[in-house]
Amino acid sequence: MAELQLKSVEKTYGNGFKAVHGIDLEVEEGEFMVLVGPSGCAKSTTLRMIAGLETITGGEVQIGSQVVNDLVPGKRGIAMVFQNYALYPHMKVRRNLSFGLRLKRQPKDQIESATTDVSGILEIEALLDRLPKQLSGGQAQRVALGRALIKQPEVFLFDEPLSNLDAKLRASMRVRITDLHKRLREEGRPATVVYVTHDQVEAMTMGDRICVMKDGHIMQVADPATLYERPANAFVGGFIGMPEMNLVPAVLTREDGVPQLTTGGQTIAVPDGLAHRISTPEGAVTLGMRPQHLELTEAEAPGAFTAEIVNLEFMGHEVNLHARLGDAVIVAVVPSEELDRNLARGDRVGLRPLGPRIHLFDSETGRNVSLAQGN
Amino acid sequence: MVTLSDLPSQSSRERTPPTALEQKLRRKARINAVIRYSLLTVIGLVMIYPLIWLVGASFKTNSEMFSSPGFWPSEPTLQGYIDGWQTSTPYTFGRFFLNSMWIIIPKTIGTAISCTLVAYGFARFEFPGKKILFATVIATLLLPNVVTRIPQYLLFRDIGWLDSFLPLWVPSALAGDAFFVFMVIQFLRAIPRDMEEAARVDGANTLQTLIFIVVPLLMPAIISVCLFQFMWTMNDFLGPLIYISSVEKYPVSLALKLSIDTTEAFAWNQILAMSVLTLAPSLTVFFLAQKYFIEGISTGGVKG
Repeated sequence: MAELQLKSVEKTYGNGFKAVHGIDLEVEEGEFMVLVGPSGCAKSTTLRMIAGLETITGGEVQIGSQVVNDLVPGKRGIAMVFQNYALYPHMKVRRNLSFGLRLKRQPKDQIESATTDVSGILEIEALLDRLPKQLSGGQAQRVALGRALIKQPEVFLFDEPLSNLDAKLRASMRVRITDLHKRLREEGRPATVVYVTHDQVEAMTMGDRICVMKDGHIMQVADPATLYERPANAFVGGFIGMPEMNLVPAVLTREDGVPQLTTGGQTIAVPDGLAHRISTPEGAVTLGMRPQHLELTEAEAPGAFTAEIVNLEFMGHEVNLHARLGDAVIVAVVPSEELDRNLARGDRVGLRPLGPRIHLFDSETGRNVSLAQGN
Repeated sequence: MVTLSDLPSQSSRERTPPTALEQKLRRKARINAVIRYSLLTVIGLVMIYPLIWLVGASFKTNSEMFSSPGFWPSEPTLQGYIDGWQTSTPYTFGRFFLNSMWIIIPKTIGTAISCTLVAYGFARFEFPGKKILFATVIATLLLPNVVTRIPQYLLFRDIGWLDSFLPLWVPSALAGDAFFVFMVIQFLRAIPRDMEEAARVDGANTLQTLIFIVVPLLMPAIISVCLFQFMWTMNDFLGPLIYISSVEKYPVSLALKLSIDTTEAFAWNQILAMSVLTLAPSLTVFFLAQKYFIEGISTGGVKG
């Protein structure tokens, strides 16, 4: 196992389109790194450059102590799991698993024991003599995983491996992969993993650290909790978390030194827990409030925005409350018990932002201007 | 047109008696089917009749050939086959079959290998001049065969290949048949690259990827190429006519003509008997390869 380093890696296509804009990323040995972002953010391209399936047009990729830019994929010490499994359709599962080892001309008994070993871990012993077309999606994905595992690579690369599975299977495969990663770590052969997904739930639940990408730039690299609590910019704030963070334009003013926020024609004093973190003087900002961090109060209550309910989504233990604030519709997640208050469409309610969890972003750059130390 | 599948199929499941409209539709569909299949059978028979007559007539005596129009021989005899096989030359027909095989086998194998290599190159790799080269390949596809006959003849004469099998198979074995290259390229374009990428990650080099991954996936296309090449070469008359001059090197297509040339009163039964034999290899190969020929690519390895 080895660490992986990307040093100002760039990708420019033949037609001049620049997909990756000099990204720097360091994945530690045994770390589970997730690359996440909307489609077209070049996360897959980045992964394919690490794998050697795309040429690197600038910068360096280093695996362990070796710069691998000019090495063919087979010599990089990597293994990859593809979105559509990419099993060899004419080979039985057993041969699919051992293809890489046979190419390396490893002794037969070693190949045999490695196959037994891996199929045991992934519970695919019973499938060894089947052809890929006789496998279900989940089974095929396990075989694809086995084909990577058997090579004992320096770095595992996953390219949206679960997106072809149905929701239930996806959840169980998610657990299986993270369990496997833990297990390998406990057995003293930690696996360095780069995992590409567009699904933030996968990213949050699986990654040791997450790298959020957009348009070929890295937006933020951090562990899931930091990403959620301290997003570096409005994009990360909006991308991570369900339901999405409410991002509403607001104006920050100071009256007698007391900072105030105005949005949708309403002005409230900046709540406690936020004021001292703000590192911008005055002006236009984007107010970022997660639905979970809005407290339902009476209309016109102090420190709360008054909004008009436009929709109520009953989710079981909680309710997604959509409310109109000025021109924007914001979402608040409130406990189901609040329904006892006979809330209905058209009602006016107060939504009080919880100071310590609220963020302000620069309205132009999107940078988080409420990360000053002291919270 | 109303077809059988147009019938309301729910009716039987719901076990309600068919309505008048349903009965009318069903009767109409049945009549339609009868008409359609009768027509198909008649046209099919018309088309296959010459072949049936050929086989039947090959067992007739020469005198019966034109006296009765039916295909069934009144006195079946193998004499046509026996005499035909001996031929009017010092060689038996077996010799001509062997000659044909000396052309067909290297040509078919060579075509399969060379076309796969060239198609793989065009379909999967970027290299300078690729567009111009590919345009050239397509251009030769559009060129009528006859146009190149004379320059080719002069070329092979200068190399000293006249009256040998070489001009008949070497160009094709070097991917000279643009049609086959194009056919394999089109097939290859439809195969997702993921499996090749997986193989490269598994450590296969370009040639290993081609042999272990691409060729098995391409098998239906390659078999089609071999089949066409086999049948077309077996039937090729003009090529051998131009390049082969000594009788001992004649392939079957020329040998058949030979029997017409040398006898004054044509022994039609011999010619027909040998024609039947000549058809046999192509038919056999076709039926053997039919399964692969028709079978599309199985895409079990890729989903999505």
